[in-house]
Amino acid sequence: MTEPGHIDQQDDHLAISGDWILPHYATLKRRVEGLAKIREPSPLGIDLSQIADLDTAGATLLMELVGSEQLAAIDDWAPALPAPRRALLRTLGEAMVGHSPPALRPARPVRDFLAETGQRVDGLWQQQRQLLGFIGLTLATLAATLWHPRRWRPTAVVAQVHQTGLNALPIVALLTFLVGAVVAFLGATVLRDFGATIYTVNLVAFAFLREFGVLLAAILLAGRTASAFTAQLGAMKANEELDAIRTLGLDPMELLVLPRVLALMLTLPILTFVGMLSGILGGALVCLVALDISAVQFVAILERDIAVQHFLVGIGKAPLFAFVVAVIGCLEGFKVSGSAQSVGEHTTSSVVQSIFMVILLDAVAALFCMEMGW
Amino acid sequence: MSEMPPPLIRVRDLENRFGRHVVHQGLDLELYPGEVLGVVGGSGTGKSVLLRSIVGLHRPSAGRIEVFGEDLQRLSPRERSRVERRFGVLFQRGALFTSLNLQENVALPLIEHIGLSRADAEGLARVKLALAGLPAKAAIQYPAELSGGMIKRAALARALALDPEVLFLDEPTAGLDPIGAAAFDQLLLTLRDALGLSVFLVTHDLDTLYTACDRVAVLAQGRVLVAGRLESVATTEDAWIHDYFHGPRGRAAEGAARTAKES
Repeated sequence: MTEPGHIDQQDDHLAISGDWILPHYATLKRRVEGLAKIREPSPLGIDLSQIADLDTAGATLLMELVGSEQLAAIDDWAPALPAPRRALLRTLGEAMVGHSPPALRPARPVRDFLAETGQRVDGLWQQQRQLLGFIGLTLATLAATLWHPRRWRPTAVVAQVHQTGLNALPIVALLTFLVGAVVAFLGATVLRDFGATIYTVNLVAFAFLREFGVLLAAILLAGRTASAFTAQLGAMKANEELDAIRTLGLDPMELLVLPRVLALMLTLPILTFVGMLSGILGGALVCLVALDISAVQFVAILERDIAVQHFLVGIGKAPLFAFVVAVIGCLEGFKVSGSAQSVGEHTTSSVVQSIFMVILLDAVAALFCMEMGW
Repeated sequence: MSEMPPPLIRVRDLENRFGRHVVHQGLDLELYPGEVLGVVGGSGTGKSVLLRSIVGLHRPSAGRIEVFGEDLQRLSPRERSRVERRFGVLFQRGALFTSLNLQENVALPLIEHIGLSRADAEGLARVKLALAGLPAKAAIQYPAELSGGMIKRAALARALALDPEVLFLDEPTAGLDPIGAAAFDQLLLTLRDALGLSVFLVTHDLDTLYTACDRVAVLAQGRVLVAGRLESVATTEDAWIHDYFHGPRGRAAEGAARTAKES
């Protein structure tokens, strides 16, 4: 390890010696600052010839000592220095002449807070407007392609169904199975006090046919697929692939968005159906083990008490949820700008938004169905 | 140049293959202290793979690479980081951190490795950015707001952040306008002279080869076909080398370099 450089001051004469290199930066900076207080920068009487080792960090500190203009003119006042060293100091001086550190805006907490609040509210409003616009655009593109079978993209749709549907089946089945068991346990516990444990069957069936099957599948899809759509399209946007599609005279809506939206609208009803079955299966298992309700009895109660309309209410919501999830995922992907951070932000936003919208729509639908007596 | 000092980087018998595709086979190359070595070759001859192998981003299929006399692949992570601090890499597309502004990009290694305070590191970062030819206000801009040329310059500033001994440049002048590219070549020479840098330069830019490079290595058929001073390389009997250096662009660059030397 080398020794940090020194500045020796005698009257008006500065002798600079030793190593002026990056590892000693902090020490050297203290020495320079200690000196700068006493002394006005001037090149007269500065001796640089004793410097042993010098790099750009050291040169920067020397510049603070003498000023960039003086450093740029080093050939005039220190011609005895070796040429490469003069070149370094001169280059640095020339580069920094007229440079002042960019002024940072002073912090104004109250104003910044208000501005931030306003920006967020406006952002929220813009987001909803864009979402509505994008939904419109998707529907318009769909309508335009609908009558031209040659512009349909069955391969892309099937590939998306494979990725978003088939590959998601195991996790959807497992999750709904477990939640089904939990609901049955809850029902058994609460209904035992009324001696009505037999109604656990109805509870599980109602819950899964009307709400939980579609809701759980949609939330899983939002977490699993909306994020994937955003990341895929975002990476394509950052790589200018979307621009390339446009300049080739193709429409990214038709090429990328429609297959994804249609695939999800096919996928979610299937996933919902699987979710319903698997949730009821979980409930049936708990009924069998904890309540001594046999499978035959379970099915008989289902047949007797549960009308098919509950199934229809549940599965009818699936395409709607799928549409919203897919559209939000794609739109957030299109909003990505170049940076890695922006990909992260929009992926987060797409998952949060799509889960929020799914639950909101489900609440509205529940209210509507109740009023309609469905 | 007859008495060569020991090389900083020595590549011996390097072999790189991706599946059945052989990129390098029996590749030997040295980088000597204080020189600017230009590595040229047709597209797909593995120039970037060679660079990535040397800096330790790609594990070669076989062969030995010594950097400062040590084999990077055999070092512990700590020792490796110590060696890696001694070289700076400028990637083809800059590879700036998009979530940091330029001065933060350059200050990052200074804070992490040298332990400078944030204010000191950013002050030093601004100097490096100015040295790379960027205006003062660029320091607080983000990479997404900059042109390709400015990103190259900022990436050079980051590569120079720790005052490295060896600089690896992957096509540094690609995407720069001719004036910017010429200034870049000049900057490279100034820094090389001032800091005693050694430079490993992958390039297609013939002007850079003629103005900035001390030695040129030609990559072809998976190995270094010929390495040496530009004049001797350019006269090597090989169809590709002949087309490369004596095609219309090669002749123009040579003419320009000669005029520059005479004036």
